[in-house]
Amino acid sequence: MAENIRQLSFKEAITEALMQEMERDETVFLMGEDLGVFYGGGPFGVTPAEKFLKKFGPERVRDTPISESAFIGAAATAAATGLRPVVELMFVDFFGVCMDQIYNQAAKMRYMFGGQAKVPMVIRTVIGAGFSFAAHHSQSLYSIFAHVPGLKVVVPSTPYDAKGLLIEAIRDDDPVVFCEHKSLYNTVKGPVPEAVYTIPFGKAKVVREGTDVTVVSTAFMVHKALNAASILEKDGISIEIIDPRTIVPLDKQAILDSVKKTSKLVVVDEDYERCGFAAEVASIVSEEGLYYLDAPIKRIATPNVPIPYSPVLEKAIIPDEEKIVNAVKQIMNR
Amino acid sequence: MELSGAKMIDMYRKMLTIRHFESEVKELFAKGKIVGALHLSIGQEAVPVGVCSALKKGDYIVSNHRGHGHCIAMGVDVKRMMAELFGKETGVCKGKGGSMHLADFSVGMLGASAIVGANMPLAVGAGLSIKIRKTDQVSVAFFGDGASNQGTFHESLNLAAIWDLPVIFVCENNQYAESTPVSKVMRVKNVADRALAYGVDGVVVDGMDVLAVYGAALEACEKARSGKGPILLECKTYRYMGHEEGDPWITYRSREEIEQWKKEDPINRLRKYLISKKMFTENEANQIEEEVKTLIKDAVKFAEESPWPKPEEALRDVFVSSYY
Repeated sequence: MAENIRQLSFKEAITEALMQEMERDETVFLMGEDLGVFYGGGPFGVTPAEKFLKKFGPERVRDTPISESAFIGAAATAAATGLRPVVELMFVDFFGVCMDQIYNQAAKMRYMFGGQAKVPMVIRTVIGAGFSFAAHHSQSLYSIFAHVPGLKVVVPSTPYDAKGLLIEAIRDDDPVVFCEHKSLYNTVKGPVPEAVYTIPFGKAKVVREGTDVTVVSTAFMVHKALNAASILEKDGISIEIIDPRTIVPLDKQAILDSVKKTSKLVVVDEDYERCGFAAEVASIVSEEGLYYLDAPIKRIATPNVPIPYSPVLEKAIIPDEEKIVNAVKQIMNR
Repeated sequence: MELSGAKMIDMYRKMLTIRHFESEVKELFAKGKIVGALHLSIGQEAVPVGVCSALKKGDYIVSNHRGHGHCIAMGVDVKRMMAELFGKETGVCKGKGGSMHLADFSVGMLGASAIVGANMPLAVGAGLSIKIRKTDQVSVAFFGDGASNQGTFHESLNLAAIWDLPVIFVCENNQYAESTPVSKVMRVKNVADRALAYGVDGVVVDGMDVLAVYGAALEACEKARSGKGPILLECKTYRYMGHEEGDPWITYRSREEIEQWKKEDPINRLRKYLISKKMFTENEANQIEEEVKTLIKDAVKFAEESPWPKPEEALRDVFVSSYY
C-alpha cells in the first residue's frame, strides 16, 4: 500500500502526533492551561476541540488552573505511577514559576532514588521571538533545560521531524522538554506521512549538504540558515546545514563529521549567547575537532539582553539571514 | 473506631523504631559515620505512624527532608535505610539520595524531596494517577508548617480540590520552620484553617496522640477513597531536636518549652495507655524495646559491612536510556 504523504503545517503535524498517540495508548493524557476550547483548542490551536476534548473527554484533555507548579509536578508522579502525561507550558518563559518541579523533581526523581523511578512525561512548550511579544513571551531558553541533568531536550524544525520526534518523546521513558517555535506553527509546511513513525533522539539531520562552512542550527534558525544558504550560493559559497534536532542527547559525531569536511563552523542559536547551546557546540568542536578547523568558530546567538518589544529592536538582536551571511563571509575572509 | 490490640502494639513498635533509628543516626552523625545534613523527627513519631497505619497496601506517600519516620511507618527496610544514610551500595537509593531523598517505590513510598513544599504537587500527581486509573488507592503528602507558606501548598490543594483527587495533605506542624515560630509567619491560628479557601475540610488533630492521628487519617482515607476529594489534616506536634543536627536550637526556643512538650511524648503516652488497658505488660513492652534495639544494631552492622558504590555508578540512573 502506498504511503499517504500530505503537506502539513508544523502545527498540524504536532496535532496528528498527539492524536495518534492518544488513540494508541490510553495512558497518554494532556494537561495544561486552556487546552480544551480556547482558540478552538489550545492557546495556539494545537489541540482542536473536535479532535481532542470531544473525542477523548475532559479526563484525558485536562484544562488546569494557572498553576504550573502543581500540574507539572503532578505530571511527574502521574508518570512515575504508570501514566504518560503530555503537559503544556504555554510559553517557555513561564518556566520560572515551576522550574523546581521540572529540574529538581521530574528531572532528578530517577537518579536521586537510585533508578527506582521511571518518569515518562513530555513538557510541550512554545519558544521563540518574531511577534513583538517582548521579554516574557519571546525567549528560547532550551539551553537552560539542557544544562540540567535528567531532561531530554527536543527542538524540531520541520513538520516531519515534529511528528516523529513528538511520538518518540511520548514513548520515551524519561522527561522530555519538547520545544515548539511559534514561527513554525503555521508558516512552515512540509511532507508528513499519515502513518505513525518515530525519529530517534540524538540523530542529527544534514539539512543541506555543502563544502565551505558547517552551519549548526535548530528550530526556526534552520529556515533562516536555508535562506542564507541561497544568498551565499550566489557568491559561490556553499554551506552545510546541520540540524541536531535534539540538544539532549546531542549528535556530536554528525557535527564533527561535517566540520572535518568543511573546516569551518558557525553556530546559529536563537537562545541567549552566554553559556548556551552555541557555546556547547563550540566547546565540543574545540575539544574534539580543533585540528579540523582552519578559522575561528563563530557563534550567532541572541545577545544577553531581554527580548525587546519594538520590531526594530527585536530584529536587531535575533539571529537572521543577514547575520548568518555576514558571519559566514567573515570566517571565509570574503 | 475499632482498633485491635495487635494494631496498637504495631504502632508502638513503629514509633519506637523511628525513635531508636534516629537516636542511633544522631550518634553516628556526631561520630562522622553519617555525613551531609541530618533532620530528625524525634518527638513527631505519632504523625507518620498514625497516618500510615490507616493506609492500605498500594497507597502512596511522598515525604520531605525530615522523612525517616515516614519511611519506617510505610515499612521501608531499616537496614537498607541505614545503608543509604551511610552512602552504601545496598542503600534504598543505592547511596544516591541519602537522608533527604529516601524512597522505596515497592512499598508506595514515592520519595522525599528536600525542597520545602515541593512534594505537594507530587502527591497531587499520584492522586491524579489513581483517579485516571480508577483504583481505590490514596496519596498522602507529609509536609511541615513551613511548607504551608509555599505557593505549592495553594496550587496543590486547589488542584486536588477541583478534581476531587484522593489526596491527604498531612501538615506536621512542629511549631518551627527552621528557627521561625509558626505564629510569626502565619496570621491564622491553624494551618488547617486555610482549607476553607479551597472548599475542603481542614482538621486539627493532637499530633502527639497516635490514636487520634490514626482516627483522623482513617476518616480522611475513607472520604478520599469514596471520591469525595482531598482533606487537610494538621497534626500539632513538636520536634525535640533542632531543625538539623548541629543547629543552635537554644537560640530560638527554651529548654522549658521542650520539656513541656516532652510531657506529651507520643511513645510514652501509648505505652502507658496499652499497659493501663492490659494490652501488654511492662515486661512485654521492654521486650519490644529490646527487639527494636537489636533491629537497629543489625541495621548499623549491615550498613557498615556493605560495600561502597563503585565510582562509575555516579554516572548511571540519570535516564532510563544509557546516556546522561
